[in-house]
Amino acid sequence: MNTIFFVLLCLLVLATFMLGRQRAVSMRNGSALLHSLPNYHGMLLGISALLVGLFVFVALAAPFPVIAPWAALAAAAAAAYAFFTRIGPDFRARNVFERITLAILLACSGIAILTTIGIILSVLFETGRFFAEVSPLEFFTGFQWSPTGSPPVFGFIPLLAGTLLITFIAMCVAGPLGLLAAIYMAEYATPTVRAIFKPVLEMLTGIPTVVLGFFAALTVAPFLRTSGQFLGLQVSAESALAAGIVIGMLLIPVISSLSDDVINAVPQSMRDGSYAMGATKSETIKRVILPAALPGIVSAFILAISRALGETMIVVMAAGLAANLTANPLESVTTMTVQIAMLLVGDHEFDSAKTLAAFALGFVLFIFTLGLNFVALRLVQKYKEQYD
Amino acid sequence: MNAPATFKAIVTPASPRIMAERQPKIVARDVDVFYGDKHAIKKLSIDIPDRAVSAFIGPSGCGKSTFLRAINRMNDTIPSCRVAGNITVDGRDIYDRDIDVVQLRANVGMVFQKPNPFPKSIFENVAYGPRIHGLAGNKTDLEEIVVSSLKKAGLFEEVKDRLQHPGTGLSGGQQQRLCIARAIAVNPEVILMDEPCSALDPIATARIEELIDELRQNYCIVIVTHSMQQAARVSQLTAFFHLGTLVEFGDTDEVFTAPQEKRTQDYITGRFG
Repeated sequence: MNTIFFVLLCLLVLATFMLGRQRAVSMRNGSALLHSLPNYHGMLLGISALLVGLFVFVALAAPFPVIAPWAALAAAAAAAYAFFTRIGPDFRARNVFERITLAILLACSGIAILTTIGIILSVLFETGRFFAEVSPLEFFTGFQWSPTGSPPVFGFIPLLAGTLLITFIAMCVAGPLGLLAAIYMAEYATPTVRAIFKPVLEMLTGIPTVVLGFFAALTVAPFLRTSGQFLGLQVSAESALAAGIVIGMLLIPVISSLSDDVINAVPQSMRDGSYAMGATKSETIKRVILPAALPGIVSAFILAISRALGETMIVVMAAGLAANLTANPLESVTTMTVQIAMLLVGDHEFDSAKTLAAFALGFVLFIFTLGLNFVALRLVQKYKEQYD
Repeated sequence: MNAPATFKAIVTPASPRIMAERQPKIVARDVDVFYGDKHAIKKLSIDIPDRAVSAFIGPSGCGKSTFLRAINRMNDTIPSCRVAGNITVDGRDIYDRDIDVVQLRANVGMVFQKPNPFPKSIFENVAYGPRIHGLAGNKTDLEEIVVSSLKKAGLFEEVKDRLQHPGTGLSGGQQQRLCIARAIAVNPEVILMDEPCSALDPIATARIEELIDELRQNYCIVIVTHSMQQAARVSQLTAFFHLGTLVEFGDTDEVFTAPQEKRTQDYITGRFG
């Protein structure tokens, strides 16, 4: 029934559009001076039929499932007819139609904002429930994390340490490599080389992180293990180093692409000014271009950091699940995101402290990345004002 | 290099009077500049004297800026650009393989059309050149160079209380004087100016013109300008370019009052084209 309704509604919309347009055209041919073009009259009829029809259907579908489609079609036809009678030289169909379009656009952006607020509120609410069972003091200062133990212990510090350790390793890899790659692409590469390198490098961001996780667990981790043995170091099968390095690889294009853009945005007149002083290319880059591009580069780094903080799959596969409190990158660690995934897998009861802990972790992570994004945005804004 | 003996035959139509008294600082012979397939400068020869202001005038696209940029090899930064012929500064061929472009540009400074101070403090803008060329042994020397350069550029009194403020915060005219201070801080002998006043209001322009007149006591100055009044006010010699060739080069008062070439006459009286 409902499928038929939607087909009928579409036909009705089409028909009202044609009718409205036809009527306006015939009026114009009868040498009436219409305010709006015939298409606007048609579109106004069509969109009013569509919106009223959908609205009535959604409102009535649950309480009166049988009559809802017919009532909706009738309402749609009535709405279109109301505008049909008003078609005439003075009717400003274009203005009405544009106001409706504006309302639709506003509603679309409103949905995105409402969703964000909804997510924040639900996480906040569940976090509140978690802290009713586990004291915030224990959560934020505890050094042990074993949510499945008996009794469960929720000490958040090892997860924080693991997250920061992996992020730090990732940035040690991605920071220098990404920045130097950006400098090469922006300042030294010929246009041909750049046209090939940049898209290929950006393709790396398109690889699903699960695939990078395989790579970390099956290629990088064993490699680190054998080279560790060669040096006489004990490297565990799942190590923070393996995960950090692969996340770093993933972040290279994030940093290089954004940094390349900001370096390119430094006006050519700055380079000319420096070269005309007898500066070499590397002096110009070090003393003029990088300082000028610095705010943009910093914000690229911050975006990369928030990406590293949120990375889950690679850590699950390469760094393990053990919540060790350690600064040794050769041991296995775990992160907040991994624990969130672990806490919720296969569990659909959101009432124990164990599952609620996921929300608390999610909330902390959210605050973290929100803060970082905020800082990044501010830096970008500051950068924009530089040359004006 | 026997430039003084040959220049009379090359410069059209007659050698400027001013050249009789001095050695040429910059000598160009049969210079061609190409951008890809475009022949921007055709067989250009000119002798430019020291301690005087030489103005290049001519319609847009006549090659005057291109030739200016050839004098300190700024055209090297444009990949498709090719220069042929011979340009010497103080008798040394600047396109010779042995010439270090870094030293050449330290010796031949440039001021651009649009003021382009670096996004650094006023002090650091002027200290940039001395730092990269290692001209100052210590901090006191550096400060001395910065202050004296700002004084020579006539900017010191206006900025002495805010040397640590960003150079981009100054007004357009002040920024351009900052760029001139930056250029003279490395102690060049030649200063090239590519329409230095075209982005400035008349008052700032007058200030820069005064400055150019003072600087001519110590430097060889070449200025490209679209304003014939400006050329008449600040320069001792004027070169008129058209379609990549040098049409006429002579003492400014003669070029403007009694040009030898019809094309020059047409251009300066505004009947061109």
